[in-house]
Amino acid sequence: MSAQPIIVSASPHVHSDRTSKKLMYDVVIALIPAFLVSIYVFGISALIVTSVAIISCIVFEYIIQKYLLKTDVTITDGSALITGILLAFNLPSGLPIWMIIIGSLVAIGVAKLSFGGLGFNIFNPALVGRVFLLISFPVQMTSWPTAFVNNTSVVDAVTGATSLGIIKEGLNMGETMTEISARIPSSIDMLFGFTSGSLGEMSALALILGGLYLILRKVISWHIPVTLLATIFIMTAIFWVANPEHYANPLIHLLTGGAILGAFFMATDLVTSPMTKKGMVIFAIGIGVITVVIRLFGAYPEGISFAILIMNAFVPLINKFFKPRRFGAKIKSKIV
Amino acid sequence: MLKTFPKGGIHPPENKITSSKGIKKMTLPKVVYVPISQHIGIPAEITVDVKDKVDIGQVIAKSGGFMSSNIHSPVAGTVTKLDKIIDTSGYKKQCIVIRTDLKDESNFKDTAYPLKTTITLEPKDILQKINDSGIVGLGGATFPSHVKLSIKEGTKLDHLIINGVECEPYLTADHRLMLEKAEEIIVGIKILMFALHINKAIIGIENNKADAIETFKRIITKDDNIKIAALKVKYPQGGEKQLVRALLKREVPKNGLPLDVGVIVHNVGTIFAIYQAIQHNIPLIERVVTVTGKKLENPSNYWVKIGTPITDLVNEVGGLPEGTRKIVNGGPMMGKAIKNMDVPVTKGTSGILVISEDEASRGEPKNCIRCGECVDVCPMGLEPHLLMNLSEKGMYEKASAEDIMTCIECGSCSYVCPSHRPLLDYIRFGKNSVKKMNTSKN
Repeated sequence: MSAQPIIVSASPHVHSDRTSKKLMYDVVIALIPAFLVSIYVFGISALIVTSVAIISCIVFEYIIQKYLLKTDVTITDGSALITGILLAFNLPSGLPIWMIIIGSLVAIGVAKLSFGGLGFNIFNPALVGRVFLLISFPVQMTSWPTAFVNNTSVVDAVTGATSLGIIKEGLNMGETMTEISARIPSSIDMLFGFTSGSLGEMSALALILGGLYLILRKVISWHIPVTLLATIFIMTAIFWVANPEHYANPLIHLLTGGAILGAFFMATDLVTSPMTKKGMVIFAIGIGVITVVIRLFGAYPEGISFAILIMNAFVPLINKFFKPRRFGAKIKSKIV
Repeated sequence: MLKTFPKGGIHPPENKITSSKGIKKMTLPKVVYVPISQHIGIPAEITVDVKDKVDIGQVIAKSGGFMSSNIHSPVAGTVTKLDKIIDTSGYKKQCIVIRTDLKDESNFKDTAYPLKTTITLEPKDILQKINDSGIVGLGGATFPSHVKLSIKEGTKLDHLIINGVECEPYLTADHRLMLEKAEEIIVGIKILMFALHINKAIIGIENNKADAIETFKRIITKDDNIKIAALKVKYPQGGEKQLVRALLKREVPKNGLPLDVGVIVHNVGTIFAIYQAIQHNIPLIERVVTVTGKKLENPSNYWVKIGTPITDLVNEVGGLPEGTRKIVNGGPMMGKAIKNMDVPVTKGTSGILVISEDEASRGEPKNCIRCGECVDVCPMGLEPHLLMNLSEKGMYEKASAEDIMTCIECGSCSYVCPSHRPLLDYIRFGKNSVKKMNTSKN
């Protein structure tokens, strides 16, 4: 007999090598391409915004857990790191540092820890932080340093509205899409990242790359991103076909704003999305529809953050009503 | 496309390190410990006394009712004790201790007789013989076979399914048996088809046992009406309901039996035991056991007498390696960890798995991150995270309404959980509580 005692525990006696931590760090890896693009486009300011958000999220988690809640500190599980990165990705690159810190406090303190910490939060923490800032500081939160000047892809310090902002404003002034489209970046530029907007939503391509990595690593499934983007595409296409002078084409809707970032990284947050594939599809359709309604008819040019938060609230209900089919619940086959 | 069941399942590392090791005969144990409850149901009643001399194959405990089974002496020898000893369940159970008579020749006689294909018994007699021979399901559930075979008049039955899936990692007992006793198994299948008046049989084998599939395909003829089906490797395909679904696309209803969809399922090991009983009059006194583990000197498959202490098996393969932390009766997914090695092999023991430090300890449970992985892999379409939660909070009515009782305890949920949550532990606890709740109601 060996010197150490024999362990007696119930089956199963083996475990897959996946852990929550590995999943979290896979998400971090997936965010790297978009982060590199943001540094290329915005330079040092992107680095500052991201670092401040990450550090404040982790520090707030540490302080609150250690001194306020007096529970185990979980800063190494990677979730605060992801919240920090995602919050930064949803902010304009020139945002004052103190605002970033406030956003982090709201994300970690209010949206995550007051609900019970990782796994218990109903709303996506990074988005709660972002929306809090957007409502509190609307001017600063919509001053977008732009990388796009007259189709020349020159990195510049000029601030301007996002493409969706330009469209919304133009349409409100009574302009047609033909007139407006001269002032927004081409779809190709949007794909590679030479547009204006928040830090992480620059390059659709970089985000898709990260998203595919997550799908390949089975951290997320295709259901939410594909359904969400398809919903946005189909809905905006219907309006565009009906009146192309009044509605932007579906490609613009897909490639601008936070559609891709939201679809791959925000809506797919494991904790705040449904458990079943069926539920995920319903959830994603809901986000898509609300996003398009806000973009086309709401006061804000972009609505995916609100859409995701609204649908987050429905997740418990979705989980309740879209359960997996129980084996043998209904007999499909008859004896041949 | 290979057949499989559509919902859930996992593919853990197979680790079938003994698949090329032929079945050897275990050294005759000096003492055997034969529990009287080796099957699901009522324990058998002891019919011998201390100091009695017993013959090999003699009934030493009689079936205690319909849902019970005979127990035979695995050796010729003398009863030394009737005692309670800890068995694989971890509880003390009544046991017949027999000292082997090492001079008795019958103990050394080879039970591998020449193949006998002609079936001489009538259906009624076949079923009676199976009952008398103490045959139970050898796949692990140890359900008395004659109960499974007692089919009510008028039941529509069109397929006999032979379970050669062996989806548990590490285990190769069924695999080796199929390779070495293929012809006997085919005769066993024909015996059952004849006894039950079924004219179609399918042997389901996972594709990682291509040699077994080939062997069967070579020896069956068209007139046998026996099909060999290669299945995609996926755990828990050896589960009855999953196997029926995979092979015939029929779904056994909730709380139902394969019989409800016209199917009867038997493990290949059971079929071989039936062959031995019907054709050679040998009751169930030995079975194939895989003794395995990555660190073992010489892991292999053995013919083992029922009642052989597990110590003997481990010594046979070179003893416990340094750093052993867990000994499992069965496979790593559904087997039971045992406290000490004096526990005997019973009819349900398909393998002994020795696990070392690195695999033995569980990760520390973390918060559920609601990834839904457990829901994805559950082959019964349940929500393990929810069931665990309800069990933890003592909400058994609700757990029952969420179909907790249909859980087959395959452990896929605990296996995949990235937060190392002990899902199945709590679900088992919940199931027991629901059972208690229901009995107190009645």
